[in-house]
Amino acid sequence: MSDLYQAQRAMRMMRQAAMQRGIVAVLDIGTHKIACLVLRFDGPDQLSDSETVGSMAGQTRFRVIGAAPTCSRGVRFGEIDRMVEAERAIRTALQSAQKMAKTRVDHVIACFSGAGPRSYGLVGEIALDGEAVSEQDIARVLAACEMPDIGDGREVLHAQPVNFALDHRSGLNDPRGQTGTRLATDMHLLTVGQASVQNLAHAVRRCDLELAGVASSAYAAGLSALVEDERELGAACIDFGAGTTGISVFLKKHMIYADAVPLGGEHITSDLSKGLSVSQLFAERIKTLYGGLVATGRDDRDMIEITSETGDWEHDRRRVSRSEVIGIIRPRMEEILEEVRASLDAAGFDQLPSRQIVLTGGGSAMPGLDALAARILGPQIRVGRPLRVRGLPQAMTGPDFASVVGLCLWAAHPQDEWWDFEMPLERQSGRLFKRAARWVRENW
Amino acid sequence: MQPLRRPQPAARPDPAPSRLSYKLHRLWLTPLIRSLIRVGIPAFALAFSLGYYLSNPRTTETIVLTFLDLRQQIAEREEFQVRVMVMPGVSDELSQDVQEVVGLDFPVSSFDLDLDQLADRVEELDAVASARVAIRPGGVLEMQIEERTPAVLWQGREALEILDAEGHRVGEVPAGATPPDLPLLVGDGVDAAVPEALALLEAAAPLGARLGGLVRIGERRWDLVLREGPRLKLPEANPVGELQRVLAAQGAEDLLDRDIVAVDMRNPRRPVLRLSPEAKSRLLEMRLAAQEQRGADG
Repeated sequence: MSDLYQAQRAMRMMRQAAMQRGIVAVLDIGTHKIACLVLRFDGPDQLSDSETVGSMAGQTRFRVIGAAPTCSRGVRFGEIDRMVEAERAIRTALQSAQKMAKTRVDHVIACFSGAGPRSYGLVGEIALDGEAVSEQDIARVLAACEMPDIGDGREVLHAQPVNFALDHRSGLNDPRGQTGTRLATDMHLLTVGQASVQNLAHAVRRCDLELAGVASSAYAAGLSALVEDERELGAACIDFGAGTTGISVFLKKHMIYADAVPLGGEHITSDLSKGLSVSQLFAERIKTLYGGLVATGRDDRDMIEITSETGDWEHDRRRVSRSEVIGIIRPRMEEILEEVRASLDAAGFDQLPSRQIVLTGGGSAMPGLDALAARILGPQIRVGRPLRVRGLPQAMTGPDFASVVGLCLWAAHPQDEWWDFEMPLERQSGRLFKRAARWVRENW
Repeated sequence: MQPLRRPQPAARPDPAPSRLSYKLHRLWLTPLIRSLIRVGIPAFALAFSLGYYLSNPRTTETIVLTFLDLRQQIAEREEFQVRVMVMPGVSDELSQDVQEVVGLDFPVSSFDLDLDQLADRVEELDAVASARVAIRPGGVLEMQIEERTPAVLWQGREALEILDAEGHRVGEVPAGATPPDLPLLVGDGVDAAVPEALALLEAAAPLGARLGGLVRIGERRWDLVLREGPRLKLPEANPVGELQRVLAAQGAEDLLDRDIVAVDMRNPRRPVLRLSPEAKSRLLEMRLAAQEQRGADG
């Protein structure tokens, strides 16, 4: 536990250093594509002088100066599968982004979608001596959270205190300085497979870069695709990726649940490839050009030329109707949505005050998805595009770049995590002098 | 057998950069390395090669000689030759002096002429008030010289000098030569008080040829000396006014034609006449005679 604390703290330090230098790269490692953005932080907000625009959660502080998406290799289900290939793909993306930015990048913040994220809700409670809540009290209440058995080979990715309660008052963001006798906290803990985090760190290190932060891509997609009201009132962001479908649920501006369904667009492609007996590349092409989820009478007459290179003329020159294609795609999409529904049900999503669902990610561009999802998930559905940030190329404003944009926002304005708070005194070993100094500072 | 299908295009090369090219690219994007390669190394190579080339003394010599030769060639062109020196409106003696001082050997290249220095040298001559030197088209060196005009003669302790109206030395009268017809001033420190002397001389114009000259006493006041007649001792303050008083007395009573040695006006409120010894004894006799006469009457 302390190791994790130190490791995450080191990463946070690295991010501070990167902010000081002003250049940081964000990297979204997906199953289908790897996107890299180079951000330049210009110091204080440039737009904050004008009264109409606030600091907008740090969005005005950075500018995208380099952007490069590249085809992903060696990644399956959102996890690095073949190290050398994945490293090559990361190198490709980084080199072209650096070339566009005309600068060298040393720090990178990465996100990935796989590795079986699992959410835990933690509760901690301590008694106070009736004085104002201090930093140490917060450290103690965070330490009082009972650590669940996350299992072997798993690592904590996010641990965010989402709520503080003081006596009978709940929903406090910052209880410091307030008085009470009982302090309680709710913490959201997200764990992922340790091996894939280590693989990611290794791949980044092999590209001569320092890892300055790791996030779950479902979380990042939620940050960029949900608007502020939705995050406040309760909403779920469904990120349709190629290998996995990420789910993140937000309430009161905090992520309270995240999950990933290991099904995605690549499964649709392989279904098409099997059903029509064409190559994966051609199936991908059919999916993106003619794919759909709701068949109409017109689609029966809409014939699609199928070509392949087997040499058998009868096999190579075929035509299928668009409704056949829809007939292959729809069951798989329904399966994905059912899985998502099951995950949301497990999370208690139907208890939220507002049950807004936002679809994003590359798969959300499928025509008819909102109609289908409305039938399976719930009535309040919209397709979300990522927030617009300064300097982002037009080609990267689509929903398939939601998580990389969200990662920019997270880099500019990170959520306080457990390791950003102080360590409780009892757990600080060794540094006697520091403890004495703290005691003197607090008691005089 | 020829294949029926079109030949397959070659597989696309791997878009991923190799580790080496990736590292080199990152190195190239490092600001320090980049500026070093783009500016530092070329600048160093240039400086080094230039230094190596110039480190050979023979090369340096050749470069210097070539440069000097080129300069010489340009300086010797007909267009830059100065052949004549003209001094409009300057007297012959002075122009000889100026030519001596300038000491130029015509023709001269205008590259070798330092006009300011030339003007300074000419201005060092006593008779020259100011000089302007210019090169006119056609190879003419023109000197605009303003001469000092002689105003007074000054018999100093060593020599008889000529001064202009401001007291500047114009020249010297050589021993045995006839001095020019100018008023004569005598005494120490006369050159500092020439304007005052000139004012006095102007006021003394009615005396005409009787005026002998002015003597500076104690570097502070003047004595006016007549050729025949008394010496006029003028005060330090307002000497011209006192002189005019004396001249008025001369006009009314022929003061200066009487048997007087000196008219002492140093204290304007109490002018003093010094009589000659004969006049004094004569006056005494007259007074005695008058006393006797009165006694006889009484």
